[in-house]
Amino acid sequence: MTAHPVANSRPIIDVRGVWKRFGAAEVLKGIDLAIRKSEVTCIIGPSGSGKSTLLRCIAFLEEYSEGEIYIEGELLGFALENGKRRRVSDAEVARVRRNVGFVFQQFNLWPHMTALENVAMPLKLARGIAREDAAKRARAMLEKVGLGHRAEAYPSQLSGGQQQRVGIARALAMEPHIMLFDEPTSALDPELVGEVLQVMRDLAAEGMTMAVVTHEMGFAAQVADTVVFIDRGVIAASGSPDEVFRKDENPRLRQFLQNYFERNVFWQGSGDVAVP
Amino acid sequence: MFDFNLIIKSLPMLLQASVWTVIYSLSSVAIGFCIGTLMCAAGLSASRLGRGVAAFYVSFFRGVPLLVQLLISYYCLPLIGVNVPSSVAAVGTLALCTGAYIAEILRGGFLGIPHGLVEAARMVGLSRAQILTRIEVPLAVRFTLPSLVNETTMMVKASSLISVVGVLELTRLAQNIATSTFQPLEIYLTAGAIYFVINGVITLAGRFAESRFRLETAR
Repeated sequence: MTAHPVANSRPIIDVRGVWKRFGAAEVLKGIDLAIRKSEVTCIIGPSGSGKSTLLRCIAFLEEYSEGEIYIEGELLGFALENGKRRRVSDAEVARVRRNVGFVFQQFNLWPHMTALENVAMPLKLARGIAREDAAKRARAMLEKVGLGHRAEAYPSQLSGGQQQRVGIARALAMEPHIMLFDEPTSALDPELVGEVLQVMRDLAAEGMTMAVVTHEMGFAAQVADTVVFIDRGVIAASGSPDEVFRKDENPRLRQFLQNYFERNVFWQGSGDVAVP
Repeated sequence: MFDFNLIIKSLPMLLQASVWTVIYSLSSVAIGFCIGTLMCAAGLSASRLGRGVAAFYVSFFRGVPLLVQLLISYYCLPLIGVNVPSSVAAVGTLALCTGAYIAEILRGGFLGIPHGLVEAARMVGLSRAQILTRIEVPLAVRFTLPSLVNETTMMVKASSLISVVGVLELTRLAQNIATSTFQPLEIYLTAGAIYFVINGVITLAGRFAESRFRLETAR
């Protein structure tokens, strides 16, 4: 766990009273969440609780139905006119979230491009960086995630863990101010989870601001500054890992953690139970 | 009886005409591909107007025989004051026709693209047009390459129809030679063989591209 200076400045992400409805279904029911510079926020909760939807709303991959999301002080996705909100253009959305990086559960690398092209192409097209410089920066990013030697490989030639690290490099190359991770290890074989979590630990240690939706409680306990427990569309508990994992009395949280630990008990010896 | 000398004598002229066949058919496929891409994107867009235009376009150009379309453009464009060379009108008509088929072929390819790939492109700041040209079209082409090659060979054959509106190409020239020499058998067999070779080359090129693309997905 790294100690970060507590920043009291304006949050990088400020979520205020956000609701999200899909038709009649209410997935988020009034979420308030602030993420400050260099903080790592881990979002946990049962599946279907709305945690991924919240992250996708912060990236504006989903349009939130009500409330406000500010990215470094700018309202995301909408403009307020006489108290009414109006959807802004895609280009304006792209401008406001230009400093937000996103890592997907399914990696979502472009299969017709090599690892290097996956990282370099957005630099050229979205940032207007010259081909040579883009390739150089892309290579440096791949080195950073330990994949300098696989730059010319196509995604199909990489393992899941390698693909996800390319996904992280692609997001990092844009020099984001915050990185959003949507269950980055959930699609991986167990033995490949560690290499991805290590890259994320290194990022956190460097002071990257991160919001991570995850089922990796060990990672949350060790790396997070704040753990947020979302249940049935509301934040049911939040605080330091110690507060959430040990102290908070919320029965739904306790049940969720109990289930998690029971699922992860791997050895039952004579009387003692080992939990990872 | 079978006059090989006539074949040898007219072969240079036929080959020259077949260059026009290749130019007309490939350029109409190239233009048709752009039209097809736009119509496909419009047909899959959120805009009701876009979807309506695309649906009308596809149903018209697939529903009316190409020969009738060529006659319409040949006789009707001058009536509304559009005076272009008949070769231009013919290529334009071929392109519009194949564009409708290509739009339908690409639609299947577009629908096969995982939505996450587009979301990833949006998250790194690519514009709608960049996503279309750099992500969606290359992937849709890879998914539908055999059908696109098939459509191209169909267009090489369909280009023979433009002979009826007076455009000189392989079929038209073969007709001219056949009527002046009264030896249609030798000439039409030769023309047929040339079409066969052209499409053989196109099919081979398609196979080559397929094997190149397979490298990307090889494990």
